[in-house]
Amino acid sequence: MKDMMPSFNLVQPIDVKSAINLLTEAGAGGWAIAGGQDSFDWFKDRIKRPHTVVDLSGIDSIKGIRETDDGGIEIGALTTLTDVEQNPIIKEKYGLLSTASGRVASPQIRNKGTLGGNVSQDARCWYYRSGLDCYRAGGNTCYADTPEGMNREHCLFGASRCVAVTPSDTAVALTTLEANMVIVGPNGERIVPASEYFIGPAIDIERMTVLEPGDVLIAIRIPAKWSGAKFYFEKVADRATWDFPLVNIASAMKVSEGIIEDISITCGAVECVPKRLTVVQDIVRGSAANEETASLAAGAASRGASALNYNHFKIPLMENLVKRAIRG
Amino acid sequence: MQKKFNSDRYDPLSTERDSLSRRHFIKGVIAAGTVAGAAGLMTGCSDNSNNSASSASVERLVTINVNGRSRPVDVMPNETLAHTLRNKLSLTGTKIGCDRGACGACTVMIDGVTQNSCSILTHTVRKGNVVTVEGVGGVNGQLHPVQTAMIEELAPQCGFCTPGQVVSGVALLQRNPNPTREEVRQALAGNLCRCGAYNNYINAIVNAAGSA
Repeated sequence: MKDMMPSFNLVQPIDVKSAINLLTEAGAGGWAIAGGQDSFDWFKDRIKRPHTVVDLSGIDSIKGIRETDDGGIEIGALTTLTDVEQNPIIKEKYGLLSTASGRVASPQIRNKGTLGGNVSQDARCWYYRSGLDCYRAGGNTCYADTPEGMNREHCLFGASRCVAVTPSDTAVALTTLEANMVIVGPNGERIVPASEYFIGPAIDIERMTVLEPGDVLIAIRIPAKWSGAKFYFEKVADRATWDFPLVNIASAMKVSEGIIEDISITCGAVECVPKRLTVVQDIVRGSAANEETASLAAGAASRGASALNYNHFKIPLMENLVKRAIRG
Repeated sequence: MQKKFNSDRYDPLSTERDSLSRRHFIKGVIAAGTVAGAAGLMTGCSDNSNNSASSASVERLVTINVNGRSRPVDVMPNETLAHTLRNKLSLTGTKIGCDRGACGACTVMIDGVTQNSCSILTHTVRKGNVVTVEGVGGVNGQLHPVQTAMIEELAPQCGFCTPGQVVSGVALLQRNPNPTREEVRQALAGNLCRCGAYNNYINAIVNAAGSA
């Protein structure tokens, strides 16, 4: 028989305001769960031990998908990944997000895990996950970035003491689609672009997102800008199911008569945040969508990459994914 | 005894809407506890006796709908559905493999949708209809066509993952009675089989399609 999680108080608010009050009241001992698919591992391993768990899954107002007046869509943060994947509007207009959602974990996890939770999940570095006192856990060392450290899954860019990467598949799709995250906290509502929602270790080494204690991500808004564009999503992982990406790529292109008029492209699992490939965007905009442009873009994509001992393979992997995305 | 239910008080945040009286409720819970011998199995889950009154935890005495029956049960706030099913309701068909949402052995249906019961708090399914492997067959113990087909295809070897495979297969055929082989593979993608009998499981569900 498996052991249980340590005890905690469970509170189940039915509106956002009460949730924020409860989280604020609980302070450092509070923990918000949506689907809980990331949280329960922390609890079961006794690495995080909150005294109050605020279950957001009863808040119906932050579930569901609706079209907005500007032609975009708004997805409640508590919408399950399966619902995002299968929603006809998302399939038709933002197929990139549908595909990315369908590549997360396993069917059972997608049926429970939420879009808001997927973009707010914590780093998967196993040194950090196993409870070691690394920088991210408030300590003063990194176990992955050492000569013996097992860092095959770690970053190529943006290392700053910590070398963990963003584990999310939907985060790259939302960054590419230039989504906005709607956050409500004790001081009211604010809207943060996806490109600023995720933060690297140089900004705050103990957090992956801008969410402050007491904040709740309530919705994700996708503007009409990339609706119906030519999308490409690919995830490379050791296992075809359940696994986190070694590298993933999400691109949206507007191609007219073979010429790339506009492009948005983001690469995941190579940096602590989804890496917007702005250099690639600048290079290919206005060029033909062909093999030559793709090769040029691929070389530019990995510029500045700094491999660790065991993750050199991510550089050609990333380049090839960029190439595939652009040549279509 | 009274102290054991120290969260047993009015909770304005609770979404509980049970019409049963508390007296009946406690009676039911005591009966269930006797059957499962639950008290002896609750390891590492001592009730939090110093919890502050400011954030009242959920009501522990709840009713959950499992396989079409309302089951009153005493559920701790930190309890997973897999734990409740196995140790309190004696539904041991649901297996716990990894206890981390990775293997799918604990798969159950909640409102027709497959989920890993090791990674759900029981308190979050109070409004849902839970179906375990015990509930997929007919009332008199008839097997579901998926189960019959699995026997014919010699799908179970050690059998530990089988309940999860059955539930994933049944859930698929409920929403898509005639799936392609690829759709069957995708539906079973969250169920690991240590014996590697994947093809046998897929064959069984392909064969069961149409007769389910």
